[in-house]
Parts: sequence; C-alpha cells; structure tokens
Amino acid sequence: MSESRVVVTVIGPDRIGIVADVATLLARQNANILDINQKVMGGDIFAMTMLTDMKKTAVDFAELKRLLEEKGAELGLKIHAQHEDIFKFMHRI
Amino acid sequence: MTISSDEILETIEMIERECLDVRTVTMGISLLDCSHPDVGVAGKNILAKIERLAGKLGATARGIEMDYGIPIINTRISITPISQVVAGGDKAGFVHIADCLDEAARRVGVNFIGGFSALVQKGFTHQDRALIEAIPEALSRTERVCSSVNVASTRAGINMDAVKIMGQVIKETARLTSDRDGLGCAKLVVFANAVDDNPFMAGAFHGVGEPECVVNIGVSGPGVVRAAVADARGKNLGEIAAIIKKVGFKITRMGELVGREISKRLNVEFGILDVSLAPTPAVGDSVAEILEAMGIERVGAPGSTAALALLNDAMKKGGAFASSYVGGLSGAFIPVSEDQGMIRAAREGVLSLDKLEAMTSVCSVGLDMVAIPGETPAETISAIIADEAAIGVINNKTTAVRIIPVPGKTVGDTAHFGGLLGEAPVIPVSKLSSKEFIDRGGRIPAPIQGMKN
Repeated sequence: MSESRVVVTVIGPDRIGIVADVATLLARQNANILDINQKVMGGDIFAMTMLTDMKKTAVDFAELKRLLEEKGAELGLKIHAQHEDIFKFMHRI
Repeated sequence: MTISSDEILETIEMIERECLDVRTVTMGISLLDCSHPDVGVAGKNILAKIERLAGKLGATARGIEMDYGIPIINTRISITPISQVVAGGDKAGFVHIADCLDEAARRVGVNFIGGFSALVQKGFTHQDRALIEAIPEALSRTERVCSSVNVASTRAGINMDAVKIMGQVIKETARLTSDRDGLGCAKLVVFANAVDDNPFMAGAFHGVGEPECVVNIGVSGPGVVRAAVADARGKNLGEIAAIIKKVGFKITRMGELVGREISKRLNVEFGILDVSLAPTPAVGDSVAEILEAMGIERVGAPGSTAALALLNDAMKKGGAFASSYVGGLSGAFIPVSEDQGMIRAAREGVLSLDKLEAMTSVCSVGLDMVAIPGETPAETISAIIADEAAIGVINNKTTAVRIIPVPGKTVGDTAHFGGLLGEAPVIPVSKLSSKEFIDRGGRIPAPIQGMKN
C-alpha cells in the first residue's frame, strides 16, 4: 500500500478561485498534486478530486486534514482528505 | 488517476448523505484461561485480560476512521460465553462477574460487551442455570453488559425447559428495569442456532472454537441500498437484485479494508466480516424503507416477506465475493425500535407481530427490539420464543427473540430506550393462552434436517 497517497475531495457551491486556494494550501504544506479532476455539476455545484502525494509534507496527516477542513469552512465548501485505498478497495478488485 | 472522479464522489456521497459506516469493530476475546474456583479471582483475571487485549481498540479504530474518512460507529467486545468460564459460580457469583465485565468495558471505552451467555440447546450445566438466574439482576445493575442464551439448534432440537425459563427471565428483567421501560430486555437475546462470530450486539459472544483474540467487523449501509433502489424506477426485481448485489459488494469491500487494517495495527487476527444491513434510528438509515422503495406501500404489507428475502439474499451474494471471510449473521436486520420505517409501520398498526414473525424466516436474525404489553404472560413470551426457535431449527438459520414486555405500558404507548436502541410502539400480542404447551417442558427433538452426515 502506498500510504502517502491521499485523495482530496472538494464539493460545494462554485466560485472563482477554489482550485487556486486549495492548490496553494497543498503547495505550502509541500504536498505534491499527482492528478486533478474538476467539474461544475448542474451549473453551480463545484466538485474536484485530487490525488496527492504527502510523502514530503511538513505536517502529519491529521494536521493536514485539519488545515483542509478549516479552509473548506472558510470557503463554504466540504473538503475531505482520505487515503487512496478506501476508493481502490471499494471500486477495484 | 486509477480511480475515476465519479467513483470517488460516489463513495463520498455514500458516507456523507446515505449514512454508510462501519457499524462495529468487535474484538472477540477468549476468557477460557481466566477460570478460577474463586469468582473474585476469576473476576480479576477477566478484567486484566480484557484491559490488556482491548486497551488500544478505541484509539486504533479512531486512527483508521481518520485515515480513510469512514465513520466507525462502535467498538465492542465479545467474550467466551461466561457460563463456561466461571466454574462453580452461584447466582451472586455471576452477578459479580457481570459487574467486572461492565467495569472492563468502561475502562477500555467500549459501549457494549457481549457474552454474559449460556448455550443450553440440549440441556443445562449447573453454571448455566446459575448464570440464567443471574441475568435479570445483572442486566438491571450494569450498563454495558449484553446477555444471550442459545435455546435451540438444528442439531440438538429445542430445549423447551430453557424456553420456559427465558420467558420468566425476560419478564423479571423488564420488572427490574421498569423505570427505564424494560431496557434490560433490550440487552438480552434468546437464540436458536446462535453463531460464534457475530460482531453485532446484543447477541455477540466469542464461541469456544474461536481463537485467543480476533477482530470481527460489522458493516452497514441501509441508506446506500435504499438510495440505489429508489434510483431504479421501472426496473424489474431481477434487476433490483443485481443492483443490491453491487452495492453490497462495495459496502463489504470497505469493511474488508477496515478489518485488514485494524487487524494489522493491533496485531490481532482478522476473523470475519458480517455483511449486515443494520438500521439505526437516523433518518434514511432504514431497512424498512428499502422494501418501501421496492414498491411496498408500508413495511408489513403483503409482499414484505418476498421483498426482504430478495434483499437479504442479494446482500449475501454481493458480500460473499467482496470479502475473504464472510461470517456472523450477514443479511438484513429488522429491529423495530431502531428503524424509522419499522416504527412508522408499527405506529400505524400495519406491522403486526405475526407479519414480523413471517419476515424472520427470511431475514438474517429474528424478532428484534419488539415492544409488547407489559402484562403479557411469561408463557406467551416463551411460546413466541418457541415459534421463533422452530423457524430457525427447521430452516437451518439463526433466529432470535429480543422482546420487551414494557412494564405498565400497553398497545398505543411507546417505549423509549434512547440512543441507538431507539423507541418502539407497543404492538398487540394474542390473548390466547399457550400455558399448557409451555408447561409441558422437555426437549423437542432435532428435526430430520439436522441429520446431515
């Protein structure tokens, strides 16, 4: 298992600058973005999934999760950070 | 990215909106080596062993919850049926052991500990009798101890003496907890064909063929299945079964991951994954509403048994492929007080005890969290147990009775148990007498189905 690979999900009302805000936070913490997928559903719901590598982050996972949740609250969005394996296990055999 | 964005969002939706969770991580602990002729010493041994093995259970579960973002609702402990551990105990001795178990649960931070139990399908040992005698007091004075008694099996038949006694034990337990609507009975299960590795309370115990220590996982997710069925308007029932199977697979995979991970982190063997749909009083977390989404106007209406059979079987099939070790009860639970849809139907008078009994022949367990009038005679409760045991014994399945004769309440009233145990409208019970039948006692022989060798 690659324990450093974390999926970050951002869901909520769309506005300008969400990608930039979240990416900036991740960059500050030295998290590397491996893949990113973003769309606006139904005209106004923003949904983004990012695969990130947390191998070299300055803070531990719990702290990064807290920072992301805090950022989410600030932007009026839900931000989750979860280890990649939960998705792999559920959707792949 | 190997996983698509849609798949990620689907998982998030299941957790956020459809109440998907790991319902319980249950550590099974053998207490066989805690036995001692002096119950005081046995109690100390039990307390020490549980603290040593389960001390990190809660913190480990919280760590996994954080890493994977999947809620783990309960951590619990199941233990060797205690009548097999405490040699030479009398009623007072077993009550003391119950206090020790309650204290152990409190110290390690689990909300329930199951295994204040006896297996008497073929007859009683002296310890079995003493333990059963201690059940009402034990359940009234402890908070977290759960008790179960297995009174029948397909191989042994039905111990009707035990069935008779359990009717009285249920009445007495209700009486001693009358200030809490008979709450003690919510922690007491009478089984036929009980399983050794069930992680769900109140009926969990750690069977004698189980290893020293093991973790068993109970997943849940009625809300996820309901949402999938509700989306499938116009589909036929074969297609519905396939949809449920797929959802069952996904739910089970999540449990499998949690099970493997917790086993690794605690360095304890991974036992089984119980693929059960276990409802909670939370809105949308209802098994009854799955049946209603299939097109049954209210659970209890004609068709409910068929719909439940389809659901139970499809869950098993989806789960069987998703986990290396499926076990426990695996299927769908229909506890009345813990399911908003069941509560609504009971309140409207459309869900009868008779229909519930029919549904238990195809669900994963039995009559669960059913509130009945407090004045119901013990023999009638015994007869309800006997009927339920007969369904289990003849059909080679686990059945159980967790029934609460609510002191001072009658049809139309509601019993309030609080928390995950919810609330239940008191439903009517036949006024006809079964006393003479129950008073006969003896043992109903094992059915021909039991002779399989």
